[in-house]
Amino acid sequence: MGKIKVAKHAPSIDMTPMVDLAFLLVTFFMLTASFRMAEPVVVDPPASHSEKTLPENTVLVTVDNIGRAFFGIGNGEAKIAALDKISKKYNVRFNADQIKKFGGLSSFGVEVKDLPRYLDASEAERLKFQPQKGVPLDSLNNQLKDWITFGATELNAIYMRNKDDATNKNIEFKGEKPRYAIKADGKAKYIYVRDVFKTFTDMKIYTFNLITSMEGGETKAAAPAKH
Amino acid sequence: MAEIAESGGGHGKGGKKRAKKQSTRVDMTPMVDLAFLLLTFFVLTSTFSKPKSMELSLPADPPPGSPPPPEVKNGVTFLLTKDDRIFYYAGQFYSAGNPKGMPPTELKETNFSKEGLHTLLSEQNKWAIDEIDKLSAQNKAKILADTTFKRLAVEKTADTKAITVLIKTDDQATYRNAIDMLDELKICDVGKRVLGVEMSAPEFQLLQEKIK
Repeated sequence: MGKIKVAKHAPSIDMTPMVDLAFLLVTFFMLTASFRMAEPVVVDPPASHSEKTLPENTVLVTVDNIGRAFFGIGNGEAKIAALDKISKKYNVRFNADQIKKFGGLSSFGVEVKDLPRYLDASEAERLKFQPQKGVPLDSLNNQLKDWITFGATELNAIYMRNKDDATNKNIEFKGEKPRYAIKADGKAKYIYVRDVFKTFTDMKIYTFNLITSMEGGETKAAAPAKH
Repeated sequence: MAEIAESGGGHGKGGKKRAKKQSTRVDMTPMVDLAFLLLTFFVLTSTFSKPKSMELSLPADPPPGSPPPPEVKNGVTFLLTKDDRIFYYAGQFYSAGNPKGMPPTELKETNFSKEGLHTLLSEQNKWAIDEIDKLSAQNKAKILADTTFKRLAVEKTADTKAITVLIKTDDQATYRNAIDMLDELKICDVGKRVLGVEMSAPEFQLLQEKIK
């Protein structure tokens, strides 16, 4: 009589497809990931229905919930060039190491005279850095204005250079024109943001992008209704 | 575990030297562990959605000595203040005892809900919304080209029959309120809007009495 034979070898699953899949996903995430740079403050922008994505090439001014202004440029090269100009204007010297660190900084909110000390500090120390009162934008000492001017000039210069390069090589140029972006915390008082607007309009810059988060998932009841 | 190691069964009698049947399988477990670890890491750290942004154009400051702007017709003024409250009045502002003998302006309150601001603006701007809806219907029916539609829609929002909205804030209003307001204006096809005008003293006083 035929007896049912029990297979003697250990149960084994072929894991190859799973591994394939896992590595495929790893590769995908690795290539698409754009890492968030450590920012000096956490800012929770208000929600809107706007669907425009933020252009990459921006001069960014961040306003946190207590009204401090932070400045950042989306391009490391432009950042370093702007620092050079600021250093000359305010007579603050930076060493090679500090300049390099500045290129990797997302945004900062200190006065120019405190900047060398801020750059020397480690990342953890920067969070507790004193005084971190934001980039001054008072009409008497409007450093933000200088940062914006120099930052925009450098970004434009790089943009033009890339464009010329592309035209010379007969390649289609896909870069975007530099823009001005303002990212402000929803809880910030409007008057603080208005001061930043004013800094821009004083410089005859009238169009900017306000960074907002997507509508939905908002805890606040104060969200406008959909059409 | 992919495989449970089998204890070699060839220890029996007759110690004949035989090439051991070695399994060609590799234990993949550590590799899988690593792969998933990396996967988790990248999933958690990657930022997918690029931030959205809203374009804002502010008017240039009028040169000093230029004539004051003409009276706004068909205007609605919103006063934003603390605790997400909004007050509004339609038309011109008349303080008590004004020389023109108009009844003094009273502030009405609304809120950011659908029944509040959205309904209010849709009613006030009904003319422009209807006109744009008509155009949009024509556009869908392929009578109107996209570019023409866009141009006409902008023209409608700039028409004198469409409303003009002035947004004034006091020092307690939050940025979120201003953005919500702008967003709602966009939804309700309000093309003419003025942001960040200074509140006049009588307006401010009236507001203070209301929020007390």
